[in-house]
Amino acid sequence: MNDMDEVVKEFLIESYENLDQLDRDLLALETDPSHKETLASVFRTIHTIKGTCGFLGFSKLESLSHVGESLLSRLRDGELLLNTEITNGLLAMVDAVREMLGKIESTEVEGDGDYQSLIERLTKLQEGEAPEAVTPPEATVPPEATVPPETTAPSESVAEPGTGGNGPRRIGESPFGERKPRDVVEPAEVQAVSGGHGISESNVRVDVEILDRLMNLVGELVLARNQILQLSMDQEDARYQATSQQLNLLTTELQEGVMKTRMQPIGNVWGKFRRIVRDLSMACGKKIRLEMEGGETEIDKTIIEAIKDPLTHIVRNSVDHGIETPDARIAAGKSPEGHLYLRAFHEGGQVNIEIADDGAGINFDRVKEKAIQNGITTPEQAARMSERELANLVFLPGLSTAKKVTNVSGRGVGMDVVKTNVEKIGGTIDIQSKLGEGTKLKIKIPLTLAIIPALTIGSGGDRYAIPQVSLVELLRIDGEQGRNRVEMVQGAPVYRLRGKLLPLVYLSQILGKSNGDGQPQKGKVVNIVVLQAEGRQFGLVVENIRDTEEIVVKPLGNLLTGLTVYSGATIMGDGTVALILDVLGLAQRSHVLSEVSERRLARTDTETAADESDHRALLVFELGKGSRMAMPLSAVRRLEEIPKSKIEHTTEHDVVQYRGEIMPLVWLSDVLGLGRDETAEASDVLQVVVYSENDRSVGLVVAQILDVVKQSITVQRDSQRDGVLGSVVIQDQVTELLDLGRIIRMTGLGFLDSEVSERPLAAAVGA
Amino acid sequence: MAVQQFCTFFLDDHCFGVEVEKVQEVLRPQKMTQIPLAPSTVKGLINLRGQIVVAIDLRQCLDFDEREGALSANVVLRTDDGAVSLLVDRIGDVMETTEDSFEEAPETLTGAAADLVHGVHKLEDKLMLVLDTEKTIRQAGVQGAVSNSEGTDVLAEPTSSRGE
Repeated sequence: MNDMDEVVKEFLIESYENLDQLDRDLLALETDPSHKETLASVFRTIHTIKGTCGFLGFSKLESLSHVGESLLSRLRDGELLLNTEITNGLLAMVDAVREMLGKIESTEVEGDGDYQSLIERLTKLQEGEAPEAVTPPEATVPPEATVPPETTAPSESVAEPGTGGNGPRRIGESPFGERKPRDVVEPAEVQAVSGGHGISESNVRVDVEILDRLMNLVGELVLARNQILQLSMDQEDARYQATSQQLNLLTTELQEGVMKTRMQPIGNVWGKFRRIVRDLSMACGKKIRLEMEGGETEIDKTIIEAIKDPLTHIVRNSVDHGIETPDARIAAGKSPEGHLYLRAFHEGGQVNIEIADDGAGINFDRVKEKAIQNGITTPEQAARMSERELANLVFLPGLSTAKKVTNVSGRGVGMDVVKTNVEKIGGTIDIQSKLGEGTKLKIKIPLTLAIIPALTIGSGGDRYAIPQVSLVELLRIDGEQGRNRVEMVQGAPVYRLRGKLLPLVYLSQILGKSNGDGQPQKGKVVNIVVLQAEGRQFGLVVENIRDTEEIVVKPLGNLLTGLTVYSGATIMGDGTVALILDVLGLAQRSHVLSEVSERRLARTDTETAADESDHRALLVFELGKGSRMAMPLSAVRRLEEIPKSKIEHTTEHDVVQYRGEIMPLVWLSDVLGLGRDETAEASDVLQVVVYSENDRSVGLVVAQILDVVKQSITVQRDSQRDGVLGSVVIQDQVTELLDLGRIIRMTGLGFLDSEVSERPLAAAVGA
Repeated sequence: MAVQQFCTFFLDDHCFGVEVEKVQEVLRPQKMTQIPLAPSTVKGLINLRGQIVVAIDLRQCLDFDEREGALSANVVLRTDDGAVSLLVDRIGDVMETTEDSFEEAPETLTGAAADLVHGVHKLEDKLMLVLDTEKTIRQAGVQGAVSNSEGTDVLAEPTSSRGE
């Protein structure tokens, strides 16, 4: 395209825009076939294309658009009424034109595609069942007359979308708003005939590259401004102060202004969805009404580009899988016509996009089944997941619940890519679904990527910036409290934040400078920055928390690409360079997210954090022949090693003298009918779990104490064996749960033989 | 005969040269931000008029001893990946050389220097080692991560080893 004729280039850009508009207009016409203004607009667009390509010598394109034009002129004059067939024909024409434009763009010639059949089809439509001219009185009104009302409407829409809307700002490759200013300045055919360069004089096309450059320069200016402001603090001179304030204001305004030039309404992307939804729903035999709200919400161009594909994918998914066929909908007691609802709005410096449908919703049972089948989760973990957690499983690769793979979706490679793409631009995505009622996806994305708000923190004498998108909250626990409340789980520090366990990560340790804020120390203030990465929260312990600031993200360059803990660098107000921490990278490096590769673990982890109260500490031990057993830790008084030589015998039991009393010993494997425990038999020292009830103790002899685990347990399988409550999975191994009360009774140790003693145990294991 | 200009600088008493057209500018010491976890050859980041520039510790690259007060000047190079700064002890003059003073690096040159030095220009009063800047920068990104302890240094004192 480099040496392509400027005129042709112009023509292409303009035509593409016009075609997008055509798609929208035609679909609008389908619902309201007699809408004169839209018809006129469609006619003019085709007419312009025809005129220009005649001028440029694209004869094929010209002849095609000519037929289309004739058809449209009959529609416009009311001689024909638009029906589905005609719409299909016209849309096919739009596609053909687009195809030819594509060829022109790449090869500079129209190509050798054969459009004769299409031309014939259009001609037939035109001549076809031309009804006895239902000539409404308006048909005689010259086209000019239809336009004036329109001239006022769009000019309003020119002013509206711009907040403050001063002056022209239509830049870039697309127009803003649904209606184009183009329609305003081309009130009548007379002008259109003249060849179609009707861009409003109040608009200028600007190359995106120039805008990007401008944006960079403004970024620099923002930094320079920050520095000046910092300097001005030390200045006595009032004039200097005033000037720097002025500079401050101007820079902010300029920054906003330049950002705005790169902003585009999300409606630009959505516009294409009408067509996609229409075509797709027809192909699937579904009836779908697409509603859009907030199409004027503006987002930075780069972000628009980045979310275009994910959004398209979601919309396709909804149409293909979400919304049911009319029959199925009626059977489910819904209206035969499905709804797809798109909404966009600004909130808290971010753009929220919601895509909701009232379709079948996600079948959680199928998700579970799939997840278990793919080894993403274990059955009992899946059983405990909330619907929300289950819904978010669909973002994992390889998990499609579509029953059949269509050419549209169902291959299970979509949603994970969607999530990745959204997260790549610092966004988040969440899904909610109710079976039979529909699905709602919420996407949150930043307004722009170039200049972001960030929190600056200090660690080891250096400053770092943390993008505010990842920030959840800031905590400060002072010394005594801090020492008490930062707790350790097997060497891993955690903090109880409102009843949930927040894993803590020490920034200085991650960065390999483990002095300073290394470990919790007495009397030291602990600053925790609560961050969110991939839906998981963790606390970053930093030396101090400084300030929030707008920062300009600068890349670190190839030399340091291996360092995933940084997403870039920025220049602070005093001119020093500060590194920007990459929250995802931090989480991975600190192993907060390392389990992501082994999702099962991640799940267990989430659960731990999610409802700690539901969890029981269990003592896991082994009996002979490798059989794993567990009992509630709360029932354990002590773990003892008792030399065999100390065993004495009574008529009923083996006993030992233990803390001034006679404690009977119970050979667990014996009681459970596993035979004498060989391991225990062989060694000189017995591993004994001391269990107390009613101030009396009993020693349970086991082969080996394995571990203490904290996890929620669901009894998987009721056991046939006496003395065993059932089986659970602990640390990925099947473990049998001891029925203590039963065991004691089996051994005939009367002191515990009461209902009272049994109940708390049964309750403790959650059976 | 074509005259080639070199920007020279020193590490200890060793004179190095870089083709003058590769050098963007020469700077006094700049305020530097350290990069934890970065290769040890990457000393930090400096703010060069709003541009963020990676500073490479050339002494480390060439297996020189770390020395207090050394590395007091920046030789900022132009590269395809933006500017990169080499930290050196001090800046020398710009030297004009001709091809006939050039010789390949002697075979006996081993270690990091052998890798990163193109060859030697025999100047009147000293020898100037011509640095392969591309390679130096490339290696700086990886070298520190895999610390090469066996790198013996023929340029610095024979006792030198990489002290941390």
